[in-house]
Amino acid sequence: MSKLKIMTVCGFGLGSSMVLKMNLEGVMKDLNMEADIFTGDVGSAQSTPADYIFTSKELGEKLKESVSAPVVIINSFVNKAEIKEKAEEAIVRK
Amino acid sequence: MREEIIKQEHIITGIQVANWEEAIQASGDLLIKSGAVSTEYVKQMIQSVKDNGPYIVIGPGIAMAHARPSEAVRENAISLAVLKEAVSFGHEENDPVDLVFSFSAKEADSHLKMMESLSRVLIDEQKVEQLRQAKTAKEIYQLL
Repeated sequence: MSKLKIMTVCGFGLGSSMVLKMNLEGVMKDLNMEADIFTGDVGSAQSTPADYIFTSKELGEKLKESVSAPVVIINSFVNKAEIKEKAEEAIVRK
Repeated sequence: MREEIIKQEHIITGIQVANWEEAIQASGDLLIKSGAVSTEYVKQMIQSVKDNGPYIVIGPGIAMAHARPSEAVRENAISLAVLKEAVSFGHEENDPVDLVFSFSAKEADSHLKMMESLSRVLIDEQKVEQLRQAKTAKEIYQLL
């Protein structure tokens, strides 16, 4: 199986998406899953291929309408338990 | 030498503000004062929240304001204003906010190390609580 491509998205692709990327990398490691995780802004999310998109609620609602990849909404980007639970739900148990 | 995430001059504690705009201004002022960014940059950080909504509130009580890398940035930096009383940013889950970080990046990838270190701090609930309880900039500087 090829590596999963996961994009974390925020307004500019370098602030909160970066924090989410770092924490998601930790979570994926805990889950023993290999993934290529990268950041992006709302605009590039629509044109960049990804298997999953992780983002905030506000941006996620907008993105759901314009992207084909499953959008995973995270309320707290610093809550590892939440990120893990939602990553498992979306990726492992799909 | 340990690479520092944040300079002591970029930290302020016990500050009182009326709303989220003043909160970002207070945090951004620290970067202006040291010359890391221009006043324009702080205006852009505030405008970004008006345009894109309060998604910069990345966790319970934690906001991370920033704008795009531009000529308004002279230095990669992070600042932190710890508010005396938390204010609303209009975020459904994570309001009210009392830890207001601002950061500036000269280029899109020049601040990665800084962000990585900061992420490691913010995911640690105990450390975040210590930041909230800290009385002085020096205490926070030593925590980080």
